[in-house]
Amino acid sequence: MTRVGWRTLLLWSLAMLAGAAVVWNSRFSADISFFLPARPTAEQQILVDQLKEGAVSRLLMLAVEGGDATQRARMSRDLQSRLAALPEFASVQNGGTSGENAARDFLLRHRYLLSPAVTPERFTVAGLNAAISSSIDLLASPAGMLLKPTLTRDPTGELVELVGGLDAGAEPASRDGVWASRDGKRALLLVQTRALGSDTDGQERAIALIRAQFAAASDSAGLGALKLELSGPGLFAVNSRATIKHEVTRLSLISLTAIIAVLLFVYRSPRVLLLSLLPVASGALAGIVAVSLVYGTVYGITVGFGSALIGEAVDYAIYYFVQSGRLGLDNWRQRYWPTIRLGVLTSVCGFAALLLSGFPGLAQLGLYALSGVLAAALVTRFVLPPLAGAPAQIPVSARIGNALHGGLRRVRILRAPAAVLALAAFAYLAVQRHELWLPNLSALSTVSAEDATLDTRLRADLGTPDARYLVVVTAPDRETALQTAERAGRRLDRLVADGVIDGYDSPARFLPSAATQAARRASLPPADELQRRLQAAVAGLPLSAGKLAPFVADVASAREAPLLDRRALDGSGLALAVDSLLLHGANGWSALLPLRPAAGAPTTDIPAATVRAALAGSGALFVDTKGQFDALYGDYLQQAVWLSSAGFVAIVVLLLAALRSPRRLAGVLLPLVLAVTLVIAGLHLAGERLQLLHLVGMLLIVAVGSNYALFFDRNTGGAELDTATLMSMAVAATTTVIGFGTLALSSVPVLHAIGVTVGPGALLALLLSAAFASHEA
Amino acid sequence: MFRNLIAGVALASLAATAHAAFNIDQLMAGLAQHPGGRAKFVEKRTLAVLDRPLVATGEMTYTPPDRLEKRTLTPRPETLVLDRDQVSIERDKRTYTINLASRPEALAFVDSIRSTLAGNRAALEKNYTLQLAGSSEHWVLTLTPTAQRIATLLQRITVSGAGDQIRTIDYLLADGDRSELTIEPLDPR
Repeated sequence: MTRVGWRTLLLWSLAMLAGAAVVWNSRFSADISFFLPARPTAEQQILVDQLKEGAVSRLLMLAVEGGDATQRARMSRDLQSRLAALPEFASVQNGGTSGENAARDFLLRHRYLLSPAVTPERFTVAGLNAAISSSIDLLASPAGMLLKPTLTRDPTGELVELVGGLDAGAEPASRDGVWASRDGKRALLLVQTRALGSDTDGQERAIALIRAQFAAASDSAGLGALKLELSGPGLFAVNSRATIKHEVTRLSLISLTAIIAVLLFVYRSPRVLLLSLLPVASGALAGIVAVSLVYGTVYGITVGFGSALIGEAVDYAIYYFVQSGRLGLDNWRQRYWPTIRLGVLTSVCGFAALLLSGFPGLAQLGLYALSGVLAAALVTRFVLPPLAGAPAQIPVSARIGNALHGGLRRVRILRAPAAVLALAAFAYLAVQRHELWLPNLSALSTVSAEDATLDTRLRADLGTPDARYLVVVTAPDRETALQTAERAGRRLDRLVADGVIDGYDSPARFLPSAATQAARRASLPPADELQRRLQAAVAGLPLSAGKLAPFVADVASAREAPLLDRRALDGSGLALAVDSLLLHGANGWSALLPLRPAAGAPTTDIPAATVRAALAGSGALFVDTKGQFDALYGDYLQQAVWLSSAGFVAIVVLLLAALRSPRRLAGVLLPLVLAVTLVIAGLHLAGERLQLLHLVGMLLIVAVGSNYALFFDRNTGGAELDTATLMSMAVAATTTVIGFGTLALSSVPVLHAIGVTVGPGALLALLLSAAFASHEA
Repeated sequence: MFRNLIAGVALASLAATAHAAFNIDQLMAGLAQHPGGRAKFVEKRTLAVLDRPLVATGEMTYTPPDRLEKRTLTPRPETLVLDRDQVSIERDKRTYTINLASRPEALAFVDSIRSTLAGNRAALEKNYTLQLAGSSEHWVLTLTPTAQRIATLLQRITVSGAGDQIRTIDYLLADGDRSELTIEPLDPR
């Protein structure tokens, strides 16, 4: 090797080492922020906070299956006490009576701070008379069973008021005293982890702990017949990460092995093979370094895209080795490098368009591919030649040469059929244009179908409604958030009365604002005054004031009791209800008030306009979460259309500037446009559900396919393409098709969509470029 | 003539024996035949904590074998519907629904009236011991809970009636409070 060679090698090694150091210190993530908007609106921010940090993101649903009802109930109790003792879990509920009693005791003890019916009027003679009469009426009904044991303590029925406000219909069924599915075949538990939903490691540990405790409980009780099922956002995150990790390794291995096999077959030299992989390794490393430096976090899916990058980045080395062997280095630089450079630039244009996307995953993919391709091309141009020394002669057998030239001549007969087919495809797509694109974000979800089914079933069993409609208030501190939630609640009360909605939840139900609590406490009269009013109030009622001494005593102690804070709720089982609705984020506090659609019509939508009108001026925001997600995806899709078009225009402008001839430009573009049309129509016909990554794939077909089209363009005015060039193109196209094609095997929808579009697209681009470009030869 | 008289006496005594031996199976068979229908009711609740009994009136409709609707009109309108294993109570525009399978105590309670109406002896004997007194024209069936969890709520239930028609149901609760339900059929057959 020459001195220049050594120096280049040294510099390259240093750069690689620095890159490795950056990668070593990078944060890798497989969480859902890949899909969440980089610049969210206020409504979207609420969803993002909920998904990443909300109490709901920390919930895991457990189901115990098999055995008989008694065994399942025993397991449920055993598991509950085991998990509740561990610091990893904030709350473990199984519907056991102990939990129910704790909540009831809490409500009874603090009823005068919690009940919305507590006002000064309620403790006047008339108010007391009305409330006590109503309680006595209730005693005549089976519904009074709850009231009877506490009548002398709570003759105004505050406990009934509090419990009646709960959504009794949403309570899960129960068997043998613990929660069960509606059909009674599964015992159910609800677990809240301490680890945040966005902390995938913490979620993984918590899930492993649950499984271990379940196994231990099975062993100790001899309940081997029981099975544990588990679902929740944490499990989705853990499984997605495992899938992505597994796929990154698998896909890269498949792609690399296949490409190495092809290159070994062509080069018949391990040394040249190793040198060819140099730009690939450099590109992959550069991609991760760039993403890590710019975004701070590298998504697993981005790394998974590496298998496609391998196929694309190896092309430049192939051109170099196959073409320069015959021409010599200087000649190659003069004749072929400009074409390759133009190809690199079109690819860069395609990937760069993605950089502007508000969909963070897409922007990362763009940056990763762009830096990777650029680094691979630069390494090929500047590092490979001095390292490789004298250009190696790649053997090109006469048989292969003849086959390639023969194929090139024959491929022309494809021209007419391809044009006709593309026209038909174009017409077909035009007709189908409204049904082409999947309209929702779930198209991108990495959650497997089985996991999603299990989740839906457990959710239905537990009666946890999808909180589709939310009213959200934000405030700088907790007290203001609760006060605002109470104000919004009063507006919502009117909608409940009008039958617009069935009801709503609020964190202020179990944790009223301090102001409200203080006002309620101040409504309570002193003992002697209450005694006096009570005498008058029960005149004519079958309940004598003498029996109500416990009531007077309770009111007297409630007057002295401190106000409730969040900590007072610990151990009551109600903390979860408050925590899931009261969030402390970076921008202060927000309270969520989930709405229930009008009774008897769970499928009907809540009229957004009516709710918005009712809330006008209260500072509360009405959010339709499903609508928000759909809108979010719609934004992504629209943006992807825009960006793809911009990328395409950039490529056209670049080609026009380089080719300086509209006719040559048309010659290059025509096969690419036909390839895109055919691929999309083909995918749609094959039943592939098209989403925004397919759209991005269309752009990449043009960006990647133009590399081949350009080689044929160079040839249009001059001599027929020589065998070495033809072979280099065939090999380069093969590796690209392998690289992108491997992605089609992925179960991660983002990667699958790109693979299934660009793989066949690149192949078609090559064939059609050959078919249409060789006519003047 | 004499022989006829003998035969008559024998028959009469036979009838008397049959009458005396009016048993639970016969009662249940009769009740099971009841086609359902509407009735007025008066319910009197006597609670220790109150100075005088509470009286509620209304209508109830029984549709065999397992639907019972009890519509209280005074003192406050309320509708209670028992349909298979669901009880729903509608009161003040609010509906409370209880899944009975989730509440075995409530189920045993509800089963006492439902199984009596349907003449389902096996179901009754799951939770109660049965004792029958009187004739088919005026019978009194006493249900005493066997299971501890029911006995903590309920001392006994006394049902009385004539033929296949139930006239009164009297619940005596464990704490001494009681509820007496008097039923008057609305559409005589």
